[in-house]
Amino acid sequence: MKKILLVGNPNVGKSALFSRLTGVRTTVSNYTGTTISYTKGFMKLGGEKVEVIDVPGTYTLEPTSEAERIALKMLDDGDIVINVVNATNLERSLYLTLQLLERQIPVIIALNLWDDTKHRGIHVDLKKLIELLGVPAIPTVALTGEGIKDLVENIPKALSKKAPQRNRDERWTEIGSIIEQVQHIDHRHHTLLERLQDASVKPLTGGIIGIIVLAGAFFVIRFIGENIINYIFDPLFNRLWAPVILKLSSILGGSGVLHDIVVGKISGSEVNFVESFGILSSGFYVPLAMVLPYIISFYFVLGLLEDIGYLPRLAVLMDSSMHWLGLHGYAIIPTLLGLGCNVPAILSTRILESKRERFIASTLVSIAVPCAALQAMVFGLVGKHGGQYVAMVYGTLFIVWVLMGIILNHSLKGFSPELLIEIPPYRLPLWSTVLQKLWMRIHGFLAEAIPIILGAILVINILYSLGIFDAIVNITAPVVTGVLGLPKEAVTSLILGFLRKDVALGMLAPLALAPKQLVIASVVLAMSFPCIATFVVLLRELGVSGLLKSTGIMISSALIVGGVLNLIL
Amino acid sequence: MGSNGLVNLAQMNSGQNGIVVEIQGGFGMTDRLNALGIITGKKISKISSMVGRGPVTIELDRVQIAIGFNMAKRILVEMGPKQ
Repeated sequence: MKKILLVGNPNVGKSALFSRLTGVRTTVSNYTGTTISYTKGFMKLGGEKVEVIDVPGTYTLEPTSEAERIALKMLDDGDIVINVVNATNLERSLYLTLQLLERQIPVIIALNLWDDTKHRGIHVDLKKLIELLGVPAIPTVALTGEGIKDLVENIPKALSKKAPQRNRDERWTEIGSIIEQVQHIDHRHHTLLERLQDASVKPLTGGIIGIIVLAGAFFVIRFIGENIINYIFDPLFNRLWAPVILKLSSILGGSGVLHDIVVGKISGSEVNFVESFGILSSGFYVPLAMVLPYIISFYFVLGLLEDIGYLPRLAVLMDSSMHWLGLHGYAIIPTLLGLGCNVPAILSTRILESKRERFIASTLVSIAVPCAALQAMVFGLVGKHGGQYVAMVYGTLFIVWVLMGIILNHSLKGFSPELLIEIPPYRLPLWSTVLQKLWMRIHGFLAEAIPIILGAILVINILYSLGIFDAIVNITAPVVTGVLGLPKEAVTSLILGFLRKDVALGMLAPLALAPKQLVIASVVLAMSFPCIATFVVLLRELGVSGLLKSTGIMISSALIVGGVLNLIL
Repeated sequence: MGSNGLVNLAQMNSGQNGIVVEIQGGFGMTDRLNALGIITGKKISKISSMVGRGPVTIELDRVQIAIGFNMAKRILVEMGPKQ
């Protein structure tokens, strides 16, 4: 089967073009032996089915990163290249184009973001450009689909120019001469968005904007989450689901092992959805009514920040502080993602250049960045006793994040590389893509969390009824009671933290802990051990020895910090 | 001002324009900068510097790029008139 490769710089709408060409049935694969993933799909070309591959974004075929090395290798297996070019920035894009034209492969150019050239006063002489490059070039707007049909019809006309091999300086000189002939830019005044763009990376205004954005994000996440709980899920569970549970409870005889597994421990005519711990009570209430609302609100806000283009600016703001932790500003992105779920956060540490940075970033995320599921439970359970206790949990984790980063930075060999990133312009987000991404993330949470939560509750109930937990509880009592100052039964929750942090915190509810103990338990749960899903990606990203090292750091620091909190609170 | 009457990106003031004349770095650094279009002879303007040895943001060809402080120090620029 013929292979068509989509090749282009990052941030030029290559993926949007890819989904226009292939539709929905695509797969993401890892390039053999690497962590670099690429997307593959199919399209019809003149009645023939062909494979379309979205090659990782690259600026050059002289590879400077692993992703670029992979891009180069993939070129050897392709039959036709669609070179996706940013029409608003030919200077940058044409370097890759010239390199492609020097190879023995037919090329057709998609001049993407074509509509933007008009808004930004950039005039491109298309005829002249095609003449100078010697291959077909089609204006496209991948977001709206404009020009895609034209592009597809012209794919068979792709040409291999076999241009003579040039060196770097010769290519840049040629680009200069092409730009001179085909591009003309109107001078115009800065728009409001552009002024805001500059203000975001200046120390004073940038700091103010950063604080407003983060505080606003926190407020909106809290507001949306609270209201979904108070006006949708709590009423649903209390008015509609509770009577069903009570009915079931009486059918099952009101007590017994099966009763407790299915509907949980129920006393009187009210269902305590957090404490009863049955599959149909807590098993659905915890993920749906306590955690899901915050997953929705968190990822909605994060998706907006991503699509507007704020995150690279945050990286600039945070860069010099992050150097204390042995990281550069870009590492703020895995950290923010970690506040949602540690799994994508650790996967995203791939954007960092060195192994050392990836180790520091992954370890910091799994120790000191609580995921949304855990945070939702902290708000729900610890927050009942007052905001100051929630603040203690966050304050402690923040101090741990900073101290641990400084320690790792000083104890690991190597240095922190420098930040070097392109800052894309602010864009108004497309609601359809924001909502689509939100849906994918919610679906991911539901598909992953609910089966594990239900399974965990089942297993715990069985272990309880077999008396196995009693044995563990007594063995670990000296550490749990002596060091952490928690009742010895709390160990079951700490162990369960390995499966799901949210259910684990929920298990503490029936123990009627003092606020101080809840703070300690939340911190230890957050720090001690990553949940099983995080554990698996850590293993994949860090390897066995890295994982062991990272886990050792987590457990020991959790005990130390928990012990210290027990002494000073 | 630097030794040859040039300044590096970190020393430049925000709002000033200049032309890149030298990149004092190994191949790795030069390659990464070149890939983003930062090559000798390129006209750039400085948007900002973050405090505390923070990154320098420049604009070239209508695109903004943030460069870590220590890398910015090694990019020498011949300054044009202030706008």
